[in-house]
Amino acid sequence: MLSQEVLNELIKILGKENVLTSKEDMITYSFDATADMPSQEPDVVVTPDTKEQVVAVVKLANKYQIPLITRGSGTNLSGGTIPIKKGIVLSMLKLDKIVEIDAENLTARVQPGLVIQRLNEAVASYGLIYPPDPGTVTTATMGGSVSECSGGLRGLKYGVTKDYVMGLEVVMANGDVIRTGGKTVKNVSGYDLTKLFTGAEGTLGIITEITVKLIPAPKYRRSMLAIFDNLDKAGKTIADIISNQVIPATLEIMDNVTIRTVENYAKVGLPTDAEAVLILEVDGSIEQVVVNEFNTVQKICKENGAVDIKLAQSDAERDGIFAARRAALPALAQVKPTTVLEDATVPRSKIPEMLKALKNIAKKYNLQIGTFGHAGDGNLHPTILTDESDKEEMERVHKAVDEIFKVAIELGGTLSGEHGIGMAKAKYMEWEFGQEGIAVMQKIKDALDPDHILNPGKMFGGN
Amino acid sequence: MTMYDSLETVKAELAKCMKCGNCQEVCPIYLEERKEGTVARGKIKLVEAVLKGDLKYTDGFAEKLALCLTCKACNAKCPCGVKVDKIILGTRAAIVKNKGLHPLKKFIFGTLKRPGLFNFGLKTGSVFQGLVFKKHKSLNGSYPRFPFGLDLKRIIPPLASTPLRDQLPEVVKVDNPVKKVAFFTGCTMNYLYVDAGKAVVNILKRNNVEIVIPKDQHCCSMPIIAHGDAETAKEMAKSHVDIFGKLDVDAIITTCGSCGCTFGHHYQELLEDDPEYYEKAKAIAAKIIDISDFIVKEIGLDKVKLGPVNMKVTYHDPCHLNRGMGVKDSPREILKAIPGLEFVEMKNADRCCGSAGSFSLTHYDLSMDIHKHKTEAIKATGADAIVTGCGSCIMQITDGMNRFDLNLPIYYTVEILAKSYAAKEAEDKKVAS
Repeated sequence: MLSQEVLNELIKILGKENVLTSKEDMITYSFDATADMPSQEPDVVVTPDTKEQVVAVVKLANKYQIPLITRGSGTNLSGGTIPIKKGIVLSMLKLDKIVEIDAENLTARVQPGLVIQRLNEAVASYGLIYPPDPGTVTTATMGGSVSECSGGLRGLKYGVTKDYVMGLEVVMANGDVIRTGGKTVKNVSGYDLTKLFTGAEGTLGIITEITVKLIPAPKYRRSMLAIFDNLDKAGKTIADIISNQVIPATLEIMDNVTIRTVENYAKVGLPTDAEAVLILEVDGSIEQVVVNEFNTVQKICKENGAVDIKLAQSDAERDGIFAARRAALPALAQVKPTTVLEDATVPRSKIPEMLKALKNIAKKYNLQIGTFGHAGDGNLHPTILTDESDKEEMERVHKAVDEIFKVAIELGGTLSGEHGIGMAKAKYMEWEFGQEGIAVMQKIKDALDPDHILNPGKMFGGN
Repeated sequence: MTMYDSLETVKAELAKCMKCGNCQEVCPIYLEERKEGTVARGKIKLVEAVLKGDLKYTDGFAEKLALCLTCKACNAKCPCGVKVDKIILGTRAAIVKNKGLHPLKKFIFGTLKRPGLFNFGLKTGSVFQGLVFKKHKSLNGSYPRFPFGLDLKRIIPPLASTPLRDQLPEVVKVDNPVKKVAFFTGCTMNYLYVDAGKAVVNILKRNNVEIVIPKDQHCCSMPIIAHGDAETAKEMAKSHVDIFGKLDVDAIITTCGSCGCTFGHHYQELLEDDPEYYEKAKAIAAKIIDISDFIVKEIGLDKVKLGPVNMKVTYHDPCHLNRGMGVKDSPREILKAIPGLEFVEMKNADRCCGSAGSFSLTHYDLSMDIHKHKTEAIKATGADAIVTGCGSCIMQITDGMNRFDLNLPIYYTVEILAKSYAAKEAEDKKVAS
């Protein structure tokens, strides 16, 4: 519980309407989009209108040593915005302006509360796009996606959020405001602080402005869906496409459990006995190149024994193909009350091995696991369908999750391809980095946030 | 046990929600307020907290649950198919059970329940309205002269001097009827937009449809359901089931999506634990059809009957007509079929106008903040008239035009169709003479 003195100071900084304290409001900020996480109500939620207010709130939190949890839309899947140590939730949604679109330098400068899709809408008239497209592109904020370093369906060809962040303005834990990076393509001055704060999950500073790179929108695209009766054949197809020097914009996979569930849910015409389907799209600005790449992809699928290939002949058919992929998570989520979604990632050559390991884990712990994801960049979404109220099953779920991450790391992969660590994966960090690696990160944290007021309990666990 | 009697019954809907937050993209209230407590998943979390015993039926809880337009935009967006409006309406009923109904609402709903008194009140009102309202110079509406619970900037439409049902016979006969229908006029058409009601009758007559307009019909009860007074709503549902259940008709025509949804869905929900009434409500629901769907799908749009209407119009989708009854194409088909009429889509035509019936009374400023986007979308089309299919939306859009500096006529879809029929008849007469 915060003292009345602190609340009064917050009201003085932000105005009464920007300080929420009711029990009801606190409940609505006690969670985010992550399943199987504890809920915790914050002490207060503040909604600043200006950067100056953010600085003042940080200074106040510092003075009274109150935890500060920065929040965008709260759509993350790592438990990253749950105020597990209570404190002040700093909702950035009112700082949602596009400060500048610089079409000559192919950059945009935005405030952190801006929803990603708004940026895409604003730059469309310049023939430009901001490529990172997480599933929550229409709800998630720029600040949140930079802080979680989110990915999306186009990661293989276009990269992820960190590949597009060129500069930041950050409020440090002591209230100092710094600027990192800038508009120039080349910039090697000093340490790369832009990268440090990107994906830092609000544990090192509070982002108040973001400069991002934009690219010309690809003019042509071709899409298809290929069906396989064998996982290895699908895996070899993925490897062969890349080794033939075609980099599809989208290269998605769905396993048999997902295929059956999607078909049952959306009736999109998928064969329920298939072991895997691949959803592929090539794009570019020269039509002939796109067509050639598409033909190559088609040929490789055939050579690797795809039992069926569906080519999208129109935008409507393309939408149909992508609808099947987009239905994956909702369809799986319908099956059971609780949906535990992970993002373990392996080198793409290990995809068949990872899929087989997941099948074995499902069997071993007697769980329903559907897997889909971004095969082209090795980022899979094993999705465990369970029921939070079933204590015994949840124990098996937790053991299965442990094993999923263990296998991913053994295969040379990583804990998180695009969701971030937050609370959900903090306990596994040592597996990936070793004690020494964690120690380096801890030193960075201690240097920048010595009192650990910024999003405590995340990334390293119990700090 | 119905969903209005126990929160336990909405548990299955709650369990479907995975808190992904996709509802944030479309919730008109959240898009203005940007606070978690105003969007579906936040309210669902609150209802869960009450069910777990972590939260009581507090005033704050009731206030949060009041912040919903039941526009069903989140239902349509939800990847898990959560019927959020069901949770909201069920919870509002639980709140009323636990906290009681606000005395003013109790009075108003009591009047709605007693059609005679409601009718008398509104008829008397039509005579004296000049004393309390000052007419707007061009829009169809008036400002209140005193702040009696209405915002002074607000304009509301005039009450008809004689309500629609008093101007029409109970049965409108035609020679050799192709179909026989009942017409549920709804309150807005009966008391405010009488001309549109007459247009409905003329159109049906022109298509050889016999019409029954039961005199004893009354408010459908949607405003009462929306505010959680399930007991009153049940009585009204039973009354309408009795009134319409005994009619030998092919269809029951509605001219408002909310009324249509109430007859089509809510009566069954309200009467779920009364097997006899439930079956009757189900039979009535099967006959419910919106006037534009009836014309396009049941009668067939006869282009020979259509004369020119030289207008550039845009169409606003009422939430309950579009997402509630699934009526989206028929009004557009009618408009596009009319010669001389230029139809232009507005941006986000299916976004709520912010009225939500009585929500615009209880949350006027927020309602207008939401509405502002609608006026902007209408302006951008360059249309010279607005068409829609719901009286509440018409009231809201008229008031919104006044607020945001726009001055266009607004019509029900049937009024434009009636104009087109009239134009053709005039043409035919000219040729004949």
